[in-house]
Amino acid sequence: MTSPLDTAPSAAPLLLPVAMHDEIVAHARAEAPRECCGIIAGRDGRATRLYRLMNVEPGVTRYRVDDAELFRVYHDLNDRGEDVLVIYHSHPATPAYPSPTDLGLAAWPDAFYVICSLAAPEAPVVRAFHIVDGRIAEAEIVVDG
Amino acid sequence: MSDAGSIQVLIPTPLRRFTNGEARVSAEGVTVGELLSALDVRYPGLGTQVREADGQIRRFVNVFVNGENVRDRHGAETPVRPGDEVGIIPAMAGGR
Repeated sequence: MTSPLDTAPSAAPLLLPVAMHDEIVAHARAEAPRECCGIIAGRDGRATRLYRLMNVEPGVTRYRVDDAELFRVYHDLNDRGEDVLVIYHSHPATPAYPSPTDLGLAAWPDAFYVICSLAAPEAPVVRAFHIVDGRIAEAEIVVDG
Repeated sequence: MSDAGSIQVLIPTPLRRFTNGEARVSAEGVTVGELLSALDVRYPGLGTQVREADGQIRRFVNVFVNGENVRDRHGAETPVRPGDEVGIIPAMAGGR
């Protein structure tokens, strides 16, 4: 059972460069009405690089990052001593809050799950969450330089 | 240096809690399934994160051998040899 009322603030904020914030919104708009997906690599909590990844789910209500592409990207960033800082996807027509499906399939407890909602197309909403053992904790996003 | 005959396995961040934080471990086996069983002996709990009770790779976890998804080969029966690089990675998926 989760609702916005269960959302407790997470300890550390997500420091998100403005260019990457805008890139997530641009990717969401480009992919709509389908869901977009991608990751941001990071080092010591600082975002280093954004990767748009392919959503292989047919239809408009789910995403799954292409498994082979994900492995290649993860292998590369691991070799550089980086990690997955953010896993992002879009909700083209629903709020920026993890769905039951998002919750059930969340397998990266250390990452920020960022959701970009286009429910109000001219006013995209971007929010970040940690999802650990089926529990959602919202994290503040600090958009910086 | 790794032991002769051993196979390097890339452990993804979410599963490093089973390997004392190690990103790369080595193990032996002639199939992916044997390799995972050997890893589960050394790192209890790791195996069930990757495989179902019937031994098949979980639907939302992928195992790669030299960059090739074992789902496109023979699953847990996919052969491995010394020098191969095996990688485990959970899927990234969801939906509204």
